Amino acid sequence: MSFQKFKLSNIILTFLFAVLSLFFLLPLIWMLSASAKTERDVWTFPIQWIPKDWNWVSNFKAVWMGDVSFGLFYMNSIKIAVISTLATVLFSAMAGYALSKLQFKGKAAVFSLMLAFMMIPEQATLVPRYIMIKELGLYDSHGALILMGIFSSYFAFLLRQFMLGIHNDMLEAAELDGAGFFRVFISVMVPLSRPILATVGIIKFIWTWNDYQGPLIMLNSSKLFTIPLGMQFFQEEFGTRIAVMMMASVAAIIPLLVLFLALQKQVIEGIAIGGVKG
Amino acid sequence: MSNQVMVQKATAAKTEKKTYWTRKRREQWAGWIFIAPEVIGMLILSVFPLVCSLFLSLTEWNLVGGFSAIHFIGFDNFVNLFKDNHFIKALKNNVLFTVGTVPLTIVMGIILAALIHKKLHFKSYFKAAFFIPYICSTVAIAAVWQALYHPSKGPLNQLLMDMGMSHPPRWLVDTGFSLIAIMIIYIWQILGYQIIIFLAGMTNIPDELYEAATIDGASGMQQFRKITVPLLGPTTFFLVITSTISSFKVFDMIKFLTNGGPNYSSTVIVYQIYEEGFERFQMGYASAMSWVLFLIILLVTSVTWMTQSKKVHY
Repeated sequence: MSFQKFKLSNIILTFLFAVLSLFFLLPLIWMLSASAKTERDVWTFPIQWIPKDWNWVSNFKAVWMGDVSFGLFYMNSIKIAVISTLATVLFSAMAGYALSKLQFKGKAAVFSLMLAFMMIPEQATLVPRYIMIKELGLYDSHGALILMGIFSSYFAFLLRQFMLGIHNDMLEAAELDGAGFFRVFISVMVPLSRPILATVGIIKFIWTWNDYQGPLIMLNSSKLFTIPLGMQFFQEEFGTRIAVMMMASVAAIIPLLVLFLALQKQVIEGIAIGGVKG
Repeated sequence: MSNQVMVQKATAAKTEKKTYWTRKRREQWAGWIFIAPEVIGMLILSVFPLVCSLFLSLTEWNLVGGFSAIHFIGFDNFVNLFKDNHFIKALKNNVLFTVGTVPLTIVMGIILAALIHKKLHFKSYFKAAFFIPYICSTVAIAAVWQALYHPSKGPLNQLLMDMGMSHPPRWLVDTGFSLIAIMIIYIWQILGYQIIIFLAGMTNIPDELYEAATIDGASGMQQFRKITVPLLGPTTFFLVITSTISSFKVFDMIKFLTNGGPNYSSTVIVYQIYEEGFERFQMGYASAMSWVLFLIILLVTSVTWMTQSKKVHY
């Protein structure tokens, strides 16, 4: 860091930005504060940023220990997000390996086909997908959501780009040791691609966790709801009880916030890769 | 050790000669097996549905009647679409939404990113602070803003009334403001994404360029205009395309907050697809809308691609 960087103007600017970023985060701070308040205090103006009467416990109970509890939504969301993420990473890695390191007939055609797939917006295919799921008997099941979410030519493309950078020497050495293509994939490609696999996994997890449209169309029974649908369920149930709603929002946001703060570098890199290389 | 390798090589060579499974043939099969799940999955779950929806868009079909209720009606759906006030409203709203959110967030994004990159201390804090709304569940965030926007008791309107505005907008329940209210939330949510992408682009600009410019006496502002902005051309181009496309796909907030209302004032194409397809079960009509959306996205992409490829200097 150069000495020049500690100019007074930059310090003032940093301070101004600190204030600006605080304003930017005010809605979330308001949410946190309201989630600990009594209904009456939620609307008090000027805003009580620090609750006067702490009602945290009762709001918490309403969200987590009611008839339909957030715990159930959590389990559903975790199940769907984990399975979808693992399957997506596996299939994209397999495709990435084939497209980067293997020679086979029709490879060029497959590659351009996959680039074209990226252009198809999910929203344009909702109706036939819904009918297919119904015909398969998967409507109102987690299987429907998982099946719809595990194929992504975008991630396959990202992994291909990364895997192109892995030296062929490594693969040849493994082959000399008698490894077939499957062994090479498992014991060379996967370990060497760990950073990008983690990145793709994190991004996919966040997307799946926050997905609202998919579950809205594919699910019907409240016991199968994921967190975003659970939020809607709560809105219908507790729409007027803002403190409880805010507690539910906190519950929906916290896991991703923790994930983000713990793996900030990977998350930001993952989002940025699309921008720089896509 | 090396002996072992040589023996293995030799046996490998032997077996390759003898067997049907030559290395080349094995590689051929391995390639197809590894690529197969992805390609088959995409064909069945993405391409096939797209073709189906093209077929369905030429039919009238209420799902309740089963497959036998499909009637071929040619291009009637498309003709009707452009007589359908709700769809026209949705189309207009989508255009407004894009015009109101994309340029603003891109301009703000590049300025904020440049300041964070060049001037500020605690860079990673600022990156994180602006980025947090982007990773939060849209629905959870929408619930927060719904409370903030509450027409009589919400903090926003209390503040406006405090400042002397006697009749502040009723935001989400106001036909004149519902779309704007949603645009504000959307801008707040995606700004961090634009900043992150611009910052990633900026780290690729060599410091020497700025150093040379400083020696030549260029001010910070001049450096921003003559170095940062032009060199971020490809990044900006990418963001224009992706942000335009995602603004055309906006749905979550609208479904959760307004259901397209009040009186269709905040409806958009995807919401109309949802309403016609999944609430009224008019599958043919909803498919026609899906194809209009698909064509718009295709058009946006190819037009930006063609115009930009002339202007952007890589």
